[in-house]
Amino acid sequence: MAKEEFPLKKVCLICAKGTIEDVYAALVMSNGAVMEGIETKIFFTFFGLDAITKKTMNSLHTGTVGNPAMRMPGGLPFPTLLGLLPGVEAGVSAMMRSQMDKLDIPPVKEFLEMIEAGGGEIYACKLAMDMFKLKKEDLWEGVKDVLTVGQFYEMCGGLQTQIIFT
Amino acid sequence: MAQKIIAGVTVDVNEEGYFTNPAQWTKDLAVEVAKEEGIQLTDKHYAVLDFLRDRHSKGEALTIRSVGNSGIVDIKGFYGLFPGAPMKKAAKVAGIPKPASCV
Repeated sequence: MAKEEFPLKKVCLICAKGTIEDVYAALVMSNGAVMEGIETKIFFTFFGLDAITKKTMNSLHTGTVGNPAMRMPGGLPFPTLLGLLPGVEAGVSAMMRSQMDKLDIPPVKEFLEMIEAGGGEIYACKLAMDMFKLKKEDLWEGVKDVLTVGQFYEMCGGLQTQIIFT
Repeated sequence: MAQKIIAGVTVDVNEEGYFTNPAQWTKDLAVEVAKEEGIQLTDKHYAVLDFLRDRHSKGEALTIRSVGNSGIVDIKGFYGLFPGAPMKKAAKVAGIPKPASCV
């Protein structure tokens, strides 16, 4: 691979959704950046706050309704009506988490700890916290600060910086 | 395939400097490769290198989490040993291919 003339120096990720797949997209991208030695900041907002809220962070779900890409084990399409049945969403979510564990993809809390250990920074959105009536104490201890959008943007300056919205 | 002379020994490497034949690796070579990365090897480094080489020889994926669970060093410590890009640097010094894992 040719060497990039202007390699990435900083990535700022915004995670606004709370399903397993949305949160993990942000976490995998963030951890990957940290492992490459890229300065990394993640801003959790709206339902993404579930990923850094103590009560919810390790029991995220995936939506089983209205997802045309959803498949049964074996590859048959997953009927949306099946997804409505009680317990199905929990079962599918548990299955997804166990599949990820086999690939050495850690649970959310451990993943955040890995990112933090490598120097990545985790922030929460003030506006969304006010909306969901969350306090700083409700959040995972590793959250560095609660920020306004403006404060987050102030951190995202500099050449060779990218903002990624997952 | 590219070759490189490290400490007077000719080894097979790829264009990024990763060993393509882990059997050519020795501790003396590791010292030199580490120097190029700005790292002075300690016993802790060697323990991590042995762990990675062992996992690689068994065909297991190299993930940062596995290093953290190895009992040798925690993840923060791993970043401390190989600053910047720990998995890539450690693999290079350990004489094994660049890790192909995303985690």
